[in-house]
Amino acid sequence: MTLRDIAIKNLLRRKAKSTFILAGLTIGIATIVAVICFVDSTAHDINTKLEKYGANILIVPRTDSLALSYGGMSLGGVSFDVQPIRQTELAGIRTIKNAANIAAIGPVVLGTVTIGAAAASLAGVDFEAAGILKPWWKIDGESPGPAGVLAGAEAARILNLNVGQQVTIDGQALQVSGILAPTGSQDDHLVFTHLDTAQNLLHKPNQISIVEVAALCHDCPVDDMVAQIAEQLPSAKVMAIQQVVKGRMETLAHFKKFSYALSLVVVAIGGLVVLVTMMGSVRERTSEIGIFRAVGFRRSHVMRIIFMEAGLISALAGIVGYLTGVGGVLLGLKVFGKATAAIHMDPWLAVGALVMAMAVGLLSSAYPAFLAAGMDPNRALKTL
Amino acid sequence: MSFIICDTISKTYGQGDACVKAIDEITFTVRSGEFVAVMGESGSGKSTLLSIMGAMNTPTSGRYLVDDIDVYALDGEKQADFRREYLGFIFQSFHLVPYLSVVENVMLPLTTTGHSRRVKEFMAHEALAWVGMADKAKRLPNQISGGEMERTAIARAIVNNPPVLLADEPTGNLDTRTSKTIMTLLARLNQQGTTIMMVTHSTACAGYAQRVLKVRDGLLIDTPNPAEAAACV
Repeated sequence: MTLRDIAIKNLLRRKAKSTFILAGLTIGIATIVAVICFVDSTAHDINTKLEKYGANILIVPRTDSLALSYGGMSLGGVSFDVQPIRQTELAGIRTIKNAANIAAIGPVVLGTVTIGAAAASLAGVDFEAAGILKPWWKIDGESPGPAGVLAGAEAARILNLNVGQQVTIDGQALQVSGILAPTGSQDDHLVFTHLDTAQNLLHKPNQISIVEVAALCHDCPVDDMVAQIAEQLPSAKVMAIQQVVKGRMETLAHFKKFSYALSLVVVAIGGLVVLVTMMGSVRERTSEIGIFRAVGFRRSHVMRIIFMEAGLISALAGIVGYLTGVGGVLLGLKVFGKATAAIHMDPWLAVGALVMAMAVGLLSSAYPAFLAAGMDPNRALKTL
Repeated sequence: MSFIICDTISKTYGQGDACVKAIDEITFTVRSGEFVAVMGESGSGKSTLLSIMGAMNTPTSGRYLVDDIDVYALDGEKQADFRREYLGFIFQSFHLVPYLSVVENVMLPLTTTGHSRRVKEFMAHEALAWVGMADKAKRLPNQISGGEMERTAIARAIVNNPPVLLADEPTGNLDTRTSKTIMTLLARLNQQGTTIMMVTHSTACAGYAQRVLKVRDGLLIDTPNPAEAAACV
């Protein structure tokens, strides 16, 4: 017979009350776990998509004039009239401190050409780098060789281009080797060719209009990389593409804050449930506590019994709450069609759930335990 | 040599006009191994006296010593230790913990001792055997009779071999036959050296005591012998 035996037997005797406390705490812990899991998985999902997006750093010539957008993203001040970036300068990007994080460097030269009788925008790109930078590209046909072009969906429609067709661009005969499936971006309006070919056609040897850089940036310091590249290319403007995800991340951050606040409220309610139920339990057990005290239990022994009861229920609530929270998110992601967002089973979250449940349970039981321990044994026995 | 000394003990409840003097400067001593009955009408102060002797009710004034220990000079936790080591309680309404089995109830005073589980169980079974309850050790209190509950309460009171047994109307809820059994058990305990202080209304029960203290309106009015007690009450 130990104090623990008494605590366990009392919990088993008062099943309804024990279950009530367990449910109160479990709901609180499950809510917090679910919120953390959901936010984590959503953030991870966004990061994954961001990485899949390809380029996350853009290098453009420094200018104060003419705002332009490309690919739906603000490029800051891009102008064709300013001093372009030199292709030879790009080698410096590979020498930065975080060079290992660079997956691809995609130089682009832009200009207008005449195809047949119509004017069109021509983009010279490195198709190997483009494979990494624009993984969403779907080409009907083949990626072009040095004497070929790839037409964006809208450009092909307007210019009436077909795969295999010969086109003359500024007097040079090239073959349409592929047509890009619609992307919903500015790529749809461009005609792409090899960088060297475009530089020749546009009479821009060694010139680059824009450089797209794909950095493996799930955890890398993208701002540091921007600074390092800027150091290498002092005449260019280097910026991280954050606009696309910034909004979502901000929304997520707001949701995160709101959810945490809500979770804390739920946990506080759980704590109140524990407090009220334990208070009731202590009052009901006045006579029993009187017996304990009469047979020589110290105040600390009585407190230990109450804390053990709270601790046991809280530990169980921590475990059940964690499993319920994780299970709830898994179910939620399936129901709301986010099956691609994976949950990361973080052992620290499980430990945290357990610790939090026990902390809330024990803190909420402190006053009832103090009350029980301070009970006058003589008065307690008179209640019998 | 006095084992228990109650030295001008008073106990008042409330303040001002609502002040009630439950015990008024009671002084007496009890020798080690003595069996003393405390008699008196309801509200006379005998239960207050017993609770003071049980280290559970601090007197307003006076000193209470057991084995030269000034009980109320001890702090709360030491008083709890004193109760565990020196006192065994037998209550009128048994006061068994309902969700603990008979043997677990008997083990209660041993819970906070350093004995191993096996030793505790052995001591509890010994105590239960002594009161004739060995065969009902696993039962819950609601599965045994009133007499058996009282015997369980006695087993609990003696399980740690306390030198003093305090009994508050131990036969108050029992029939005559069962009361006799219980009193026989108490008498046997006393013969084995346990000092017993017993509050009772029953002259028959008081007859088992070597001495009777009579309390009226908080005062110790005389100390008749058991034979005289029958005439007093």
